Amino acid sequence: MSDKKKLDHLSSSFEDWEDNKVEKLLDKFPERKKVFSTGSDKEVKRLYTPLNIENMDYEEDLGFPGEYPYTRGVQPTMYRGRFWTMRQYAGFATAEESNKRYKYLLDQGQTGLSVAFDLPTQIGYDSDHSLSEGEVGKVGVAIDSLRDMEVLFDGIPMDKVSTSMTINAPASVLLAMYIVVAEKQGVAANKLRGTIQNDILKEYIARGTYIFPPEESMRLITNIFEYCSKEVPQWNTISISGYHIREAGSTAAQEVAFTLADGIAYVEAAIKAGLDVDDFGPRLSFFFNAHNDLLEEISKYRAARRLWAKIMKERFHAKKEKSMQLKFHTQTAGSTLTAQQPDNNIVRVAIQTLAAVLGGTQSLHTNSRDEALALPTEDSVKIALRTQQIVAYESGVTQTIDPLAGSYYIESLTNSIEEEAMDYIKKIDNLGGATKAIEKGFIQKEIQNSAYKYQMQIESLEQIVVGVNKFQVKETGSRELLRVDPHVEILQRKKLQKLRENRDNEAVNKALEILKAKAETDENLMPYIVDAVREYATLGEICGELREVFGEYEQTVIL
Amino acid sequence: MDRPIRVLVAKPGLDGHDRGAKVIARSLRDAGMEVIYTGLRQTPEQIVAASIQEDVDVVAMSILSGAHNHLFPKVVRLLKEEGVDDVLILGGGVIPEEDIPGLLEAGIKAIFTPGTPTTEVIEFIKANIIRK
Repeated sequence: MSDKKKLDHLSSSFEDWEDNKVEKLLDKFPERKKVFSTGSDKEVKRLYTPLNIENMDYEEDLGFPGEYPYTRGVQPTMYRGRFWTMRQYAGFATAEESNKRYKYLLDQGQTGLSVAFDLPTQIGYDSDHSLSEGEVGKVGVAIDSLRDMEVLFDGIPMDKVSTSMTINAPASVLLAMYIVVAEKQGVAANKLRGTIQNDILKEYIARGTYIFPPEESMRLITNIFEYCSKEVPQWNTISISGYHIREAGSTAAQEVAFTLADGIAYVEAAIKAGLDVDDFGPRLSFFFNAHNDLLEEISKYRAARRLWAKIMKERFHAKKEKSMQLKFHTQTAGSTLTAQQPDNNIVRVAIQTLAAVLGGTQSLHTNSRDEALALPTEDSVKIALRTQQIVAYESGVTQTIDPLAGSYYIESLTNSIEEEAMDYIKKIDNLGGATKAIEKGFIQKEIQNSAYKYQMQIESLEQIVVGVNKFQVKETGSRELLRVDPHVEILQRKKLQKLRENRDNEAVNKALEILKAKAETDENLMPYIVDAVREYATLGEICGELREVFGEYEQTVIL
Repeated sequence: MDRPIRVLVAKPGLDGHDRGAKVIARSLRDAGMEVIYTGLRQTPEQIVAASIQEDVDVVAMSILSGAHNHLFPKVVRLLKEEGVDDVLILGGGVIPEEDIPGLLEAGIKAIFTPGTPTTEVIEFIKANIIRK
């Protein structure tokens, strides 16, 4: 029988099954709902069969791991070679405290570091700035100068550990500090491995720690691409992030769409700045969310990989394989954690971990059960890390590559997410690209609509959140939470004052003056930022000079 | 009351998590209130100025960075200093249980934490509005 005939036969058998078996049963036992849908509100059919993927071509659409279009993974052996990097995002209070937590995590078998900075650091203010009041050391570690960075990495071998830094608007300054601290440890820049987030577009869209306007921000970003391709060649110069877009309430398909649209904008900016796509393309990395709908999330990662490969090859004519490979970090979804019955969050995180691993992630952060309440305690962080280790060593899902490929549902959903993302990218292209679409508020509005719809579904009980709108209990007793000592702010200010008294202020001022002058030209600013950092110019001083030249971003407020 | 309830939804501090603030803003608007949303990174001084200028009945603030103990009471204090004592002040966000009594004592009328239905906030405002 030919394939066509087989499918025709299947199609009529399927109809028979629906008419004779299903319909009869439905009369007596109706299904739980009229319409079933994914966590992202995509309609889900009762059953998937070869009919739903009849146009799929194995070699063209899936291929082999490590081969275009990378649907099944970016490496030929995936987790049979080595597991993903287990990388817990951590940082709070002072550099001393965070340094202790990093050493603890490395002792517990974590394989990479991920630095969380406090909000003043992320927005380029020193701890003694008036806007920093109440925020110092709260959501991450406070870093004011090279001095803090030296303490943060004290006793941590920077040639062995790879470090990811969640830093965006002032990414160039923190990267410069990292390079200089390594130099002092005797580690050359070309040995350094790690990632800076450096993704300003999603800050405008969803995360909010922007400083400069888009054009100037894009310049800083392409400056980093260029500098690193020569000086820090193993560094991932950007982590194009869908994580926060999803946290802000987008659907899975929107997460893929808006992230890749941002990616397109960065590639275009770098090409416009005169760089070759194959020089910086291999150092682009991505960062996605892992929500609870296991199969939808797995499909999402697969769709993102295939779509990015096509974009790099067909749109930007990349030649190197590495330029086409979408490598990504994953974090489990903070927004799915509940303050109610927080131990339930351990189970949510386990499901999300499975999603990320079955989707082929390169590194993973698992959230702790208490994150809807406060920063996680050491005990909670340990359970979160153990969750990854259990999936890695005990679940069996790492023994073969992309084990869910070929599932009628997974392949159909992968196709559907890719199509929806492509439609969005087309719309964004028509608006003039991601930067313009953000300025017009299009992307923010789409996300807000999804977020609002989801909230209404929870309130109407269309979406059940265990412990929140069903299976509630009266909660008693308070838990042990991690609190940041309010004295951290005073301590950090004192340290800063001492630094300003003891450094060579003439050298600092000279370095800052040069940086400011260079900011007015088209020159690459990285070497001048490194010079200023080396003299112990503070983060706030460096960003202050740049603020004067570049101005500040004005948020488009959309309701 | 001959005019709709006017609400200022504000994000004090530096955190950029505005999903909650925006969902609340929209649901209050859908419930017939007039809503002004400040956008991110508002200082307590800016929030107070906006609430006076917009002549609002309710100030609803959201913080997810942990800076609530510092920033929420400061807004209450500054409003009082401006002679405003009939505005209903609400807070929301990731706020540990044990911080709530202190915030209520400082003059925040209610604290809403993750998982709160929007309807609960709407009902609370209608029941506790001070200006009639």
